[in-house]
Amino acid sequence: MTKLDSKIPAGPLAEKWTNYKAHQNLVNPANKRKIDVIVVGTGLAGGSAAASLSELGFNVKVFCIQDSPRRAHSIAAQGGINAAKNYPNDGDSVYRLFYDTVKGGDYRAREANVYRLAEVSNNIIDQCVAQGVPFAREYGGLLDNRSFGGALVSRTFYARGQTGQQLLLGAYSALSKEINKGSVEMFTRREMMDIVIMDGKARGIIVRNLVTGELERHGAHAVLLATGGYGNVFFLSTNAMTSNGSAAWKAYKRGAYFGDPSFVQIHPTCIPVHGDYQSKLTLMSESLRNDGRIWVPKKKEDAELIQQGKLSPVKIPEEDRDYYLERRYPAFGNLVPRDVASRAAKERCDAGHGVGNTGLAVYLDFKDAINRLGKNVIEARYGNLFQMYEKIVDENPYETPMMIYPAIHYTMGGIWVDYELQSTIPGLFVGGEANFSDHGANRLGASALMQGLSDGYFVLPYTMQNYLADQINIPHFDTNTPEFNQTANDVQGTIDKLFAVNGSKTVDSFHKRLGLIMWDHVGMARNKEGLEKAISEIKELRKEFWENVSVPGEKTGMNVELEKALRVVDFLELGELMARDALDRNESCGGHFREEYKTPEGEAMRDDSKYMYVSAWEYKGADNEPQLHKEPLIYENIEVKQRNYKTA
Amino acid sequence: MDLKLKIWRQAGPDAEGKFVHYPVHNISQDASFLEMMDILNEELVANGEEPVAFDHDCREGICGMCSLFINGYPHGPDDSITTCQLHMRKFKDGETIVIEPWRAKPFPIIKDLMVDRSAFDEIIQAGGYVSINTGGVPDANAIPIKKEHADLAMDAAACIGCGACVAACKNASAMLFVSAKVSQFALLPQGKIEAKLRVENMVAKMDDLGFGNCTNTYACEAECPKDISIANIARMNREFLVAKLS
Amino acid sequence: MSVMYSSITKKIWMSLMGLFLMIFLVVHLGINLLLLFDSTRELYNVVAHFMGTNPVIQIFQWVLFLGFAIHIVLGVLLQIQNWIARPKGYKVKATSEDSFFSKYMIHTGIIIFVFLGIHFLNFFFRVKIFHDIPDFILDGVNTGMEDMGIVVIELFKIPGYVVGYIIALLILGFHLDHAFQSAFQSLGLNHEKYTPFIKGLGHIYSIVISLGYIVIPLVIYFTK
Repeated sequence: MTKLDSKIPAGPLAEKWTNYKAHQNLVNPANKRKIDVIVVGTGLAGGSAAASLSELGFNVKVFCIQDSPRRAHSIAAQGGINAAKNYPNDGDSVYRLFYDTVKGGDYRAREANVYRLAEVSNNIIDQCVAQGVPFAREYGGLLDNRSFGGALVSRTFYARGQTGQQLLLGAYSALSKEINKGSVEMFTRREMMDIVIMDGKARGIIVRNLVTGELERHGAHAVLLATGGYGNVFFLSTNAMTSNGSAAWKAYKRGAYFGDPSFVQIHPTCIPVHGDYQSKLTLMSESLRNDGRIWVPKKKEDAELIQQGKLSPVKIPEEDRDYYLERRYPAFGNLVPRDVASRAAKERCDAGHGVGNTGLAVYLDFKDAINRLGKNVIEARYGNLFQMYEKIVDENPYETPMMIYPAIHYTMGGIWVDYELQSTIPGLFVGGEANFSDHGANRLGASALMQGLSDGYFVLPYTMQNYLADQINIPHFDTNTPEFNQTANDVQGTIDKLFAVNGSKTVDSFHKRLGLIMWDHVGMARNKEGLEKAISEIKELRKEFWENVSVPGEKTGMNVELEKALRVVDFLELGELMARDALDRNESCGGHFREEYKTPEGEAMRDDSKYMYVSAWEYKGADNEPQLHKEPLIYENIEVKQRNYKTA
Repeated sequence: MDLKLKIWRQAGPDAEGKFVHYPVHNISQDASFLEMMDILNEELVANGEEPVAFDHDCREGICGMCSLFINGYPHGPDDSITTCQLHMRKFKDGETIVIEPWRAKPFPIIKDLMVDRSAFDEIIQAGGYVSINTGGVPDANAIPIKKEHADLAMDAAACIGCGACVAACKNASAMLFVSAKVSQFALLPQGKIEAKLRVENMVAKMDDLGFGNCTNTYACEAECPKDISIANIARMNREFLVAKLS
Repeated sequence: MSVMYSSITKKIWMSLMGLFLMIFLVVHLGINLLLLFDSTRELYNVVAHFMGTNPVIQIFQWVLFLGFAIHIVLGVLLQIQNWIARPKGYKVKATSEDSFFSKYMIHTGIIIFVFLGIHFLNFFFRVKIFHDIPDFILDGVNTGMEDMGIVVIELFKIPGYVVGYIIALLILGFHLDHAFQSAFQSLGLNHEKYTPFIKGLGHIYSIVISLGYIVIPLVIYFTK
């Protein structure tokens, strides 16, 4: 447990970040040019960090998997971004945002990090407005706010249903400005294959050029991973098709600890699964819960008739509808946090009240909102979402209630980082969703965008500089060192091994099977028996994969199947670690719900005496079990309570 | 449903390409167009053939990665959507579907249906930003903006950079894309400061890259998955004129 | 350089010249219609003579030629660039809901250009170069002016010429229908309140111009 130093600065909570910045090491402007930084990923965290580091004067090399840095999956975030501006004068403050985030995360996040996040949240809004991000405004010309799950104030800034897109395009514009200036070198259609470690420090990466298939080497004084989450381990998720966990997994295998891998967020408002050919799940913004009311039929008979297509939901009278969130959580109603809303939906569907042809869906009804506000208002607020729903499901949500069901959406877990967002490998920084982050066991809506941009614009440019301050005399890196050769050979070895299998089953078929194991046993509800079963099933599946996978095409040139295979190789290992972590945590907290640990009313039951820690897993080689390290969580500024959304 | 696909196959940027016929069977009406392509590729892989390369990522109509020119329409025969949001219920059983890549000189083909749209990035790099650094900016509410202007700027900023406008335009003109970014900033006080330089540099870059000229056919507007208005093109023309005359 | 001759600069010149030519078309139509309202052709011939001899008009005539030249040269140049911008076309042609005539501006333009050449041969060159227009005799007195009116009337008695003329002007109408609103768009004059009005006005303008010119040969052919 020697390496697990969270490096939280001394002093009162509210002054920690100020103190850090006041005393950190800096690099003088002339020396910054001598230092190379690699940024992998161009989402909110990566894009904003790359731009900000380049503005400071560092040479930045940026890598993205898509054809353009503008396409990173941050773009798909719909609802909004939180900040403690308190513009609506409804009692918000930095402390309250901090408090809500820690509480929302079920007291499994590090106090100091979350406080810093809340503190810089306001700078983010200022920065984005100055960049020309067209946030929603009121007639008076000032910024508009809306409310979001898990909060009693309106602190969410938004740009229609495309907030993530607008914020990402803001970061992309800043990055484009730096590319134009010549201090950022952009590499598109590259996937990171491995990290090169020299003398115990991260000094470079191996990437695969997805067009030519070549392995390319890049050296730098520090490496920043901002490669997003690993939700696609479930096969079906709201993540983009290329979202993957490989970069983080490679970091783990090179010595970075993996934090809280089992903390996965299930988003309550997704369009239900409709067929086995389905490639991904579509999210409907959580903002819909502001005006929509969630219900299922009270009577099982009604639910069955609906499932058989013999009854229309509009025919069910008011008294036969069970608005279960309003019933169970009167204070927060339909705006309870995501994990609570998701589990409640699963509970109703498992009890036989689910709707849709699979019985795995609940209604999100706008009838009352339309009656109260008029169709025009609802159309102005959610028009594009309603249109999207209609295109996919072929039903008009103005007339029939929408059907929704939870789906994998976000991973709170990720590479363990200290206060400086540095992993246990010196020189390897991790930002955004890729780190184990500030969200504890559950992330509140509109907080992912906040964290990504906080890391990228306002934290990493400081903390990375602190690390780089003593590196100014190290020259640019030669990529023909034994370390680079070895790492490149390792990557090539995996590729060769995949082609050598020459089996008969497609990569996707393995991925789908892994997804099912994960969803059934490491999903919304987990138990000891299931998790143990998952571990053994994943092991078997992995064995079968290496005996029978088919990777067609050539090693050189573009080969989409090879790309997928390389990602699934890592998912097959990562899935096991997730199950292992979930098995270790004999409690329920946030998105991690163990069926054995619940209150008599079925609510999650934490065990603070035993599990108030961040689990940080250390890789010990392919044939050994990983070692668990524990970072204790100490709450000095918040009274730890059972989460309660029944009363305010 | 059963379908006959005619797909453009091209091994690499300089290779000869040709249309190849692929029948697909038992496709659900509820499947998306790209899921239908997945099924085809899964079959091709199972038969040991090269799958069809096409760009796609988020599959919810926002990343702008997917493309495809389907039966004469960029993003297929439905309005205001990207290819990933197109569903098979828009097609008839037994229909022949011709799938082509975006065609424009500045969008060279990489492989099959995949094209290189980095020209768009270059245009943005020429001026599609406000030149401010991180930090040192005023409070967000210190810059009041008329709601109408903020809304119009948002309409323009909704562009996903997919290139359907170029694909649809008979001249392969990028005016809708460029004007959307120019308009977004022209409408906001933050963008006004470098408005002159921005429009001049972005238009010059657009021309250098070899996009065609706008002849106001408005095919771009008709095919834009995000309904970006040609009023933005007029605004850019105006901005350009003012920049040249000032 | 590239800024001077940028695509938008070209478009702006294109539209300015187009608008200029559209005004010219109105003036020209006004003069032509005089033929229908004066059986002696005096009005028409006097105005034609004025247009052919007035020093200010003579200078302005070159401005007009320049306008034509710029419009034509830029039109061809833009089109060539547009063809280069898509070296390989689609198998299935785009059938987007766009402005129909806009797709054929180069084609209608070429036909109008050919028509313009014939028009010059029939009138302008005869006045300015060949000098073979008969004198205008009014009430037995030689006015010393050319009888342009009779030239027109004689031409419009040839059925083939009338048909060709009508087709050319219909095509001019198609060209104008797109040109009118397009010119405003290119100049950046697009506004949600006024653009529908401009589009409406464009339709009316192109119909009036096209039919206005077409009426003349029809009336002459069937009545004179």
